[in-house]
Amino acid sequence: MSYFSDVGALARKDLLLELRAKETVPSMLIFVLAALTIFHFVTPVGAATQDQRVATLGLLWTALVFTALLGLTRAFVPEREQGLMDALVLAPCDRSAIWVAKSLAVLAFLGLAEVIALPAFSVFFAGVGWQTIAAVALADIGICAVGTLAGAMAVAGRARELILPLLFLPLVIPVVIGGVGASAGAGNRYLGFLALYDAIFSLLAWATFEYVVAET
Amino acid sequence: MLTARNLSKRFGDKRVFDRVDVSLEPSSFLLVTGPNGSGKTTLLRVLAGLAAPTSGELQLPSREVVGYLGHDPLVYRELTPLENLQLFAGLYRVPEGGERIGMLLERFGLWEVRHQRVQTFSRGMQQRLGLCRIVLHEPQLLVLDEPFNALDAAGAELLDATLEELAGRALIVATHDPQRVERFATQRLAFA
Repeated sequence: MSYFSDVGALARKDLLLELRAKETVPSMLIFVLAALTIFHFVTPVGAATQDQRVATLGLLWTALVFTALLGLTRAFVPEREQGLMDALVLAPCDRSAIWVAKSLAVLAFLGLAEVIALPAFSVFFAGVGWQTIAAVALADIGICAVGTLAGAMAVAGRARELILPLLFLPLVIPVVIGGVGASAGAGNRYLGFLALYDAIFSLLAWATFEYVVAET
Repeated sequence: MLTARNLSKRFGDKRVFDRVDVSLEPSSFLLVTGPNGSGKTTLLRVLAGLAAPTSGELQLPSREVVGYLGHDPLVYRELTPLENLQLFAGLYRVPEGGERIGMLLERFGLWEVRHQRVQTFSRGMQQRLGLCRIVLHEPQLLVLDEPFNALDAAGAELLDATLEELAGRALIVATHDPQRVERFATQRLAFA
């Protein structure tokens, strides 16, 4: 029970910090809307073929992945700038609770951005079906699990602005493949693939976070 | 409480400190002195359990009983003092956290500003809050890195009084102003 109360306290702290600073979510919203607007103007007009439909879905997933990256870049800023990772690491709670809480906070921020992004995509391109929404929900879990771990690794490194995208983007290639596949109508097989990705990478991230934040 | 034998730390080819021995009992006070860049902070991070030594034997107490104050006060600037201390009281399972938080805020002169965001505070007030944070869970081992930094005369007197009250616990203090705490020291470690 105390594990979950630690997660709750840490996640509440992250949400409160964002509520006060109002930096991450507005940036993510502006970015995803700007990206979709640009994509709208660079894609050919006319009757949409199946190939074009798949291509526009690819653009949606590109926008979502880079929006998530923007949120992840900001995720550990308070801990990095104010040295607070030391205080959290020294606390006697299970260190994986820090990862769970941070992942939940990033998931909330990404979900908020998508609440705006998906209708915007429908306006600019085509409506999104339930399979796209399910794929986005499943993909978010994997993105936040992997991205938060990569974000913690980047905090410890020197070239942290480079490390996060270099670690994160290769790791989420399967998410994009699964997301586009599910959105394009190949359905349950790709949703299952995304669920499997979530399970494996969440477990790996949860188990390894302790070693990522321990300074050698 | 804490035992370190032949402790060494290197960053690549750079030797930070070499063959350091430390043995602390519950009422020990280790004063670490030396110029900037001599390795005091790295040693304190190792002895607090925040960094691993490159070689040597190190026996540390569990994290529940360690309090660490680094160069930064280690508090969230966008939160209030009350919210910061409530967060850490929860993580450290401080029984009757509310009462203790109130008592500490009162003692360190932060009660009146308990609902204001820390980012509006002076560096000295933030340092006082950092001190509240590390004594909140009544640690048995306190590791303080330049604790007098940014404190005004009243804050420094308050810290003096706090150090006196903590006499039964193990303390490690690094400072470039050793006269300030010389009278408490039972052990000394000077870095060149």
